[in-house]
Amino acid sequence: MLILDCPYCGATCDETELTAGGEAHLTRHGPGSEDVDFETYLFMRENPKGPHFERWRHAAGCGKWFHAARHTVTMQVFGTYPAQTVEPPQEILDRISEAHPGWSWRSYGDRT
Amino acid sequence: MRRYSAFAIAREALRHHTGWGRAWKAASPKRRYDVVIVGAGGHGLATAYWLGKNHGITNVAVLEKGWLGGGNTGRNTTIIRSNYLQDPSAALYEKSRSLYETMSQDLNYNVMYSPRGVLMLAQTEHEVRGYLRTAHANKLQGVDTRFLSAREVKEICPILNIEGPRYPVLGGLWQPRAGTARHDAVAWGYARACSDMGMDIIEQCEVTGVIRDGDKATGVDTTRGHIDCGKLGIVVAGHSGRLAEMSGFRLPVESVPLQALVSEPIKPCMDIVVMANTVHGYMSQSDKGEMVIGGGTDSYNAYTQRGSFHHIEETVRALVETFPMISRLKMLRQWGGIVDMTGDRSPILSKTPVEGIFINCGWGTGGFKATPGSGWAFAELMAKGHSPLAEAFSMDRFRQGRFIDESVAAGVAH
Repeated sequence: MLILDCPYCGATCDETELTAGGEAHLTRHGPGSEDVDFETYLFMRENPKGPHFERWRHAAGCGKWFHAARHTVTMQVFGTYPAQTVEPPQEILDRISEAHPGWSWRSYGDRT
Repeated sequence: MRRYSAFAIAREALRHHTGWGRAWKAASPKRRYDVVIVGAGGHGLATAYWLGKNHGITNVAVLEKGWLGGGNTGRNTTIIRSNYLQDPSAALYEKSRSLYETMSQDLNYNVMYSPRGVLMLAQTEHEVRGYLRTAHANKLQGVDTRFLSAREVKEICPILNIEGPRYPVLGGLWQPRAGTARHDAVAWGYARACSDMGMDIIEQCEVTGVIRDGDKATGVDTTRGHIDCGKLGIVVAGHSGRLAEMSGFRLPVESVPLQALVSEPIKPCMDIVVMANTVHGYMSQSDKGEMVIGGGTDSYNAYTQRGSFHHIEETVRALVETFPMISRLKMLRQWGGIVDMTGDRSPILSKTPVEGIFINCGWGTGGFKATPGSGWAFAELMAKGHSPLAEAFSMDRFRQGRFIDESVAAGVAH
């Protein structure tokens, strides 16, 4: 069972208290955008076998959306952070690099 | 290839079964093939089979990183049906179902196709209207389905509790020629037939890279060396995203675990497949007597092949409510497979942005039933560059907004 810490209320929640919201940090496209932009925004997904950034809602608690960094094979959680950000905190990126040298996810990753 | 027959059994019985050969030969990779298929599951092997059978292309290799049929082919709940709502889906799944009817004879391999009938319960007014609509659509598509009353449902499946406290059964969508087949045998039968046509089935051979010359694919790097190919077919279900990444294009697909479980064997009590999509559980009885139960998908991406425990709890709770007699049944095994989900819950059978690469993926939670038809259409697409059955399932449909929306029509369970 997946366990995440809600970064708002501090509660340690198992996944039955949470609602999964899919991939995080999507670039949203509005009216007037090209078809290919809508396709990317609505359907194209990173779907990594490795570190992943995703959205979660503390549905049975404070009700707020937050982000989590998680490995899709080992299920290791690298940390959670508030949703009011456009990119993951550096300390979480560092933590992933430490555990998985050479990882990459969209423009993020370990370039060493 | 030695044909299997009653006579062969008698002959082997007289000589201590020393004459049975390997069903398919253990091949080592050659330098080059006209077609390389990645993934020796049911769909990949069916593709190779129809490439040889319908299009005369036999210089084919099927590469498998694990063992043959060890992915979702060996992990599904073996249900075959074609009661879909949309025309392109009904055409493809009905083609597939009809190919199952003659598969044992075609392959000379007993796949134990059992057209025992699939019943999808309607447990809300919404579901009743939805299934009536599907039954009407199926009539126009030439798919034999019928909407049954609650009384008829009880007659067909007496162990059902149709007066449940939460969701009484209001009726059901019945497809009498739907059913089950032995999933391993489908893969084994195709492998044997492919091997007999001279194709190489190479197990323990993982693709680690796709070689491109500009916009064209020319081969693959594998754990057993480099292999050149004329055309490359990717048929790897949950790992489609990985192969797409190696090939240099993106897919509208996400991989999630889907679970199933079986009970201890009991005496025959149910001779059809029942799907209860509102409470979300479905069940059939295997020939060994085990109750085969399908669970739900996890709500988040993972490659773990086990899934979250609470889904098991929800599924079992739903089934105990629907079939009270199983309340004290012990469960034997639980497992998971990684399924590739698309946005409209329909598969992708398509050319890709890279010339020479074709992809067959996105079957999500319901690929087993489509195995022969998927191979038929994908082989045609790979051989001729065009297939009427596959046409609507191209991957550019997401950009063009021509979705084949089966997420409502099919419910979640497959």
